[in-house]
Amino acid sequence: MPVQRISGAQLGQTEAELEDEAHRGILTTTLGKAVAWARKNSMWPATFGLACCAIEMMAAGAADYDLSRWGMEIFRASPRQADLMIVAGRVSQKMGPVLRTIFDQMPEPKWVISMGVCASTGGMFNNYGLIQGVDTIVPVDMYVPGCPPRPEMLMYGILRLHAKVQREARFK
Amino acid sequence: MIVAELAERLRARHPDAVEARGEVTVVVSPDRLLDTLSSLRDEHDLRFTFLSDLTASDWPGLDLRFWLAYHLLSMEHLHRVRVKVGLPPRPDPPHVPSVTPMFPSASWLEREVFDFFGIVFDGHPDLRRIEMPEGWEGHPLRKTEGLGGVNTRYKGAFIPPPDQRST
Repeated sequence: MPVQRISGAQLGQTEAELEDEAHRGILTTTLGKAVAWARKNSMWPATFGLACCAIEMMAAGAADYDLSRWGMEIFRASPRQADLMIVAGRVSQKMGPVLRTIFDQMPEPKWVISMGVCASTGGMFNNYGLIQGVDTIVPVDMYVPGCPPRPEMLMYGILRLHAKVQREARFK
Repeated sequence: MIVAELAERLRARHPDAVEARGEVTVVVSPDRLLDTLSSLRDEHDLRFTFLSDLTASDWPGLDLRFWLAYHLLSMEHLHRVRVKVGLPPRPDPPHVPSVTPMFPSASWLEREVFDFFGIVFDGHPDLRRIEMPEGWEGHPLRKTEGLGGVNTRYKGAFIPPPDQRST
């Protein structure tokens, strides 16, 4: 069916008129859902590779796995332009304040993925040097296990986060 | 063999120089450290002009608890030597003269040993922590510090792990 020219949005009153609107290519929704849909479909991650998990994160962004399928291929160097922080790798005690500063610089709304066991729990590095779980510093939305997680696992975590972002619209 | 020759040469000046597994070690007391290092550096047949490494180890229970190891390299003669210094557990922190004025490469190495073992180098121009965050309590490579993870300290405040936080 060819797209008709729309002269102003006209919401139908009766069932038949609504049906007619749908045929003209108009979809009704709530504003919150539309905003959440926009957010989840262009989520820009901040570049925050800390260790070997970053290699898998880069692989996820590169051609083979291709995060751009979900509009995420642009890893921003500036936290001001990012709304997702993928903490990829172990966080040292000295890096903790830096991590928090970068998180604070990201504009709302923002989400955090803790990638790999080191970021999530300290992993095998149960020692003085590393923070035992990045959730002591920043609020984490999604934990991705693995050492390091394969790109598929990171992508699965990202998709679960997308579903969470879409679901958040119901509560706002 | 050049190592045996070097040990022979050193033994003339330091009777307790030992050769083991192709490495030469000289053990000195803390008050003889600077004299020993300067003679190793300046004498024409030794010429250890480069301090390639400086590290420490902790042996709680021994009379000399902390052992410092200075690894010297002679670029002229291409030989190496290790100088070891033992420090008693008291006073705590132990003090030892800094060799930074003699070997500039010792500066960050001494800061690292101070950071991890709490050994104070008298005369160091800028003895601060180098690896651990500023304001860190304790010296993590001491055997008495214990093993295992530490709690997250952020800007001076203690952050409990998530399962211990009150909601």
